[in-house]
Amino acid sequence: MSPGPNFDIPQEESESAGSSFPPTFSLSTIKNKQRRHLMFMKLKQEKRKQKLELRKKRKKERDALGDKAPPKDVPKTIENQRVYDETTVDPEDEEVAFDEGTDEFSAYFNKLTNPKVLITTSDRPRGRTVRFCEQLATVIPNAHVYYRRGLALKRIIPQCVSRNFTYLMVINEDRKVPNGMVLCHLPDGPTAHFKVSSVRLRKEMKRRGKDPTEHHPEVILNNFSTRLGHSIGRMFAALFPHDPHFVGRQVATFHNQRDFIFFRFHRYIFKNEKRVGIQELGPRFTLKLRSLQKGTFDSKFGEYEWVHKRHEMDSSRRKFHL
Amino acid sequence: MAVKSQLCSVWVGSETGILKGVSLSKKQAFNFCEMSCLTRDQEVCTMAWGDPHETEVLIGCLNGRVKTFSTEKGIFTESRECGDLSQGRFTGLAVMDSSLITCVESGLLKVWNEGSSNTAEINVGTGVCRMRQNPSQRHHVATGGKENPLKLWDLQRPDKSIFTAKNVANDWLDLRVPVWVRDIAFIQDSNKIVTCTGHHQVRVYDPSSPQRRPVLETQYGEYPLTTLSLPADQASVVVGNTHGQLAILDLRKGLVRGCIKGLAGGVRGLQCHPSLPVLASCGLDRFLRVHSLKDRTLQHKVHFPSMLCGSDTAGEVEEVKAEEEEDEDEVWDSMEMVKEHQGKRATCEEPSEASGNRVKRKRKVAKQ
Repeated sequence: MSPGPNFDIPQEESESAGSSFPPTFSLSTIKNKQRRHLMFMKLKQEKRKQKLELRKKRKKERDALGDKAPPKDVPKTIENQRVYDETTVDPEDEEVAFDEGTDEFSAYFNKLTNPKVLITTSDRPRGRTVRFCEQLATVIPNAHVYYRRGLALKRIIPQCVSRNFTYLMVINEDRKVPNGMVLCHLPDGPTAHFKVSSVRLRKEMKRRGKDPTEHHPEVILNNFSTRLGHSIGRMFAALFPHDPHFVGRQVATFHNQRDFIFFRFHRYIFKNEKRVGIQELGPRFTLKLRSLQKGTFDSKFGEYEWVHKRHEMDSSRRKFHL
Repeated sequence: MAVKSQLCSVWVGSETGILKGVSLSKKQAFNFCEMSCLTRDQEVCTMAWGDPHETEVLIGCLNGRVKTFSTEKGIFTESRECGDLSQGRFTGLAVMDSSLITCVESGLLKVWNEGSSNTAEINVGTGVCRMRQNPSQRHHVATGGKENPLKLWDLQRPDKSIFTAKNVANDWLDLRVPVWVRDIAFIQDSNKIVTCTGHHQVRVYDPSSPQRRPVLETQYGEYPLTTLSLPADQASVVVGNTHGQLAILDLRKGLVRGCIKGLAGGVRGLQCHPSLPVLASCGLDRFLRVHSLKDRTLQHKVHFPSMLCGSDTAGEVEEVKAEEEEDEDEVWDSMEMVKEHQGKRATCEEPSEASGNRVKRKRKVAKQ
């Protein structure tokens, strides 16, 4: 008998039958793993071949058109496809400018205070964390490392304030590896809690330069575009003294990409006007913001300006907050 | 300016001292500020409606001034000096028969009479976090704060409080339970008072009963509750905490009915619409969000450059007959066109600092 009215030759798209009629053949129904694997490999090769043919065809068309060819499409990346964030700061917004001009960092940005950083860890740190703190103290000028001694942060903070510290940085350690950082701006400033990952100490870096000198580094803050990003960027900027020593040719970079903040410390040298050579010194680590709390460290009763809520905020791959 | 201010259905105060009016139907926000020089000490601490018709917004600022903003004219009409920074921030503003009631953190509750300079003063105890007026009995006010239990005062007999709440019994370790009342609300059509505390408890008190301890107590979350608001349908309360978690709690049994998602920062102001199941919330994440209480979805979201302290919702909505929930714009538009000026009063409070922002609820306007 003739086949049914809607019988169309199946395309051998045997990967997903979908809901076509009559039901076509699907890879997942083959119970034999070896055979299924073979069919899948064949399918992938087929797809790859088709893709290559398509690409060759397009290239031929483009060459045929010569100069009149349309410009190449920009490939889509996650950064390109980023959902427009309505909190992105407009550089000319005066209200934001006023807000930033009078917030907790205004004392630093008006050159009234110099940064003085206290670096400490969670209690009883292990070797890696201790070395990380020492290296951080060489990178950040005017930083002092103190042993934690099991003291409560809420008691340390008034003492720091009375000794004119402007920042308290606590590196949290888990299983002998640093994994968190609490950065608290001191007189009454915001407290940021970060997740730290990918810590590379100086001796693990390849082709690194000599140890950093005492010169104040320059600071580069990349890609902090939203209002929250601005606050965090200002927090990082206030860690370093205002006047960088260009003689030292050292630069600390905080690069924000997809809500991860990458810290790098380099020494640069201009070979001529257009070419620069850089050497990476110093530790490198990655930060991810977990929460930003208004006021000094008070995790139970403090008010949070921003809290990372994974299930609500990480549902889209194209939405970022910093 | 006047046109813009008449359109606004939600009023929000910010940390920089700017009063912002948001028109949800036109999806626009307007800034109203007194002068070009803004200072941080003009941060809005509390907001209140100046009159039952919701034509005036009273704003209490950090430096002790109370400013009056007229929504019809669109400008600040008056500014009075009601205290100074040494006494603490404003924790409550209210109006009773053309006299202004203010309360500051140090516990000084003053009634400022119009014209005459004599003021009545009550000391309600130190560490006050909130003062609220009973919408149906305007001469009753309630105050509460840190280690300052809920007290109900009658302004006509200011020497002693009518009702002082007693602390709950010691907990299972026989330790005294600390007191920290952060927000208070009067339940309509009954004598009861709902409070939320900084130790994540929600309590209901009944002053008319001989029991001074709470009639109902529930807990929500692990973080201090900053504000609360009573929706139009009774027997439930919406609370917000410092982590941005908003929950609707049932007051009959004390169970959580649902949570509202979306806020990323501490809730500073909550206000329910007097008749529609709609909630406006603002907070430290610089967003004003309007949620529908029935399905807990987000209806509107407005971003502001500075942190928000309090909000008031006003609406010329009397009742919405056809609740076409799908098209909320239409609902809002139809609201505007109804000429009956049943303004819902929501006062915006702008506490930017520690005091919680209250989102004012739209009260059912008592028709005079």
